[in-house]
Amino acid sequence: MGAMSLWEYANPRKFIATADRLIPVLAVLAGACLIGGLVWGFFFTPDDYRQGSTVKIFYLHVPAATMSIGAWLMMLVASLVWLIRRHHVSALAAKAAAPVGITFTLIALVTGAIWGQPMWGTWWAWDPRLTSFLIFFLFYLGYVALWQAIEDPDTAADLTSMLCLVGSVFAVLSRYASHFWNQGLHQGSSVFRVEAVTNPEAVETVAPIFYRPFVVCFVGMFLLFVALVLLRTRTEIYRRQLNALELRERMA
Amino acid sequence: MIRLVLRDITLAVRAGGGFGLGLAFFLVLAVLIPLGVGPRPEMLRAIAPGVLWVGALLACLLSLDRIFQTDFEDGSLDLLATAPIPMEGVVLSKAVAHWLTTGLPLTLAAPALGVMLNLAPGGYVWLTASLALGTPALSMIGAFAAGLTVSLKRGGLLLSLLVLPLYVPTLIYGAEAARRGAEGLPLGTPLALLAGITLGAWACLPFATAAVLRVNLR
Repeated sequence: MGAMSLWEYANPRKFIATADRLIPVLAVLAGACLIGGLVWGFFFTPDDYRQGSTVKIFYLHVPAATMSIGAWLMMLVASLVWLIRRHHVSALAAKAAAPVGITFTLIALVTGAIWGQPMWGTWWAWDPRLTSFLIFFLFYLGYVALWQAIEDPDTAADLTSMLCLVGSVFAVLSRYASHFWNQGLHQGSSVFRVEAVTNPEAVETVAPIFYRPFVVCFVGMFLLFVALVLLRTRTEIYRRQLNALELRERMA
Repeated sequence: MIRLVLRDITLAVRAGGGFGLGLAFFLVLAVLIPLGVGPRPEMLRAIAPGVLWVGALLACLLSLDRIFQTDFEDGSLDLLATAPIPMEGVVLSKAVAHWLTTGLPLTLAAPALGVMLNLAPGGYVWLTASLALGTPALSMIGAFAAGLTVSLKRGGLLLSLLVLPLYVPTLIYGAEAARRGAEGLPLGTPLALLAGITLGAWACLPFATAAVLRVNLR
């Protein structure tokens, strides 16, 4: 197993070689899953008996929302790896994931608003889930702004990693605080539930006919995230190498 | 450490930055709100606790960049870093000094502004109590964000962008406690959670702040 260690990808050349091979495959798979899943979900499932066809935005809304939290978790792990083991690729991967995470958060907020308009009669409500997602979006903005404000790349990586760590704690606190603050309109989680596993008869979850295309969409969104992060990390590595080359040229 | 606290307080008072500016801002905000939303007493009564909390938070935000910025610029932060007290101790002293020159005056001024905003009679005690419990957290969280942005030339705007999301839980619990106090509802839970955030911030953030300061002084 030694030869297949994860830490090998801390070598930028090895990372780029692997990313070159993976990105096209992942991109095609992600496209196929997303197009297939969305077409399946939009056209080949019945309308919900209460929510009508508006329910179908859920194929986009839920995967995007889940992946925006997943992106932050990935940034947290990558930040820890950078702080502990000082692998530059890890810091660059965290940097690369942030704008992707912002985009997913925005997709979740916008699709949520579009869904909320016919369902709740309002585009926006200060519901705890909506509020905590909006605050989450602000965390992302601060993180990206800090990356862009600092010139020295290692200092920027250190400081943004610390912000990511502290920010994660406060993001969780904000989530519980906003739940405490307001009991809201947003329905409980309909897909991921502990009770659904332990006692499937007792809770009302999504019917299998909706669930299957949803899983396809979810996998597609996940693959899309991985492909985008790999692509952006590769770009960041190239940019770093270009800077080093320019610097060397100027010194010579 | 005590001497460092005293030094920072003296500097803040002599430079006229901490005390005066934050308090004046708080006052101006309390004047502007009725001008903006209209002078109806029942409306003001309903929004008074929240407005005063947001005002205290923004007034606190104004003076955050002074915590480390001036010392960083004139080099005293480098001297403090090599001083016999650990960096965490420096951070603690600075945050204490910031609270004594910002949070404490704001807490004491809040009841007077409550009169202007027609705060419910029962609310004064709890507004003051929630601010006294919550503003130390604002100072400590602010010190962390100030440490992050200390080496930036124009870090002020970025500092606000970084610190405001971090202030969310403190604001929610603080304003909720003040509101419940004003409406005569039981308020043990938000007050306890607010105290928890303050204690947690003071226990953990000095280490994080010291770490980011060391990175910035490298």
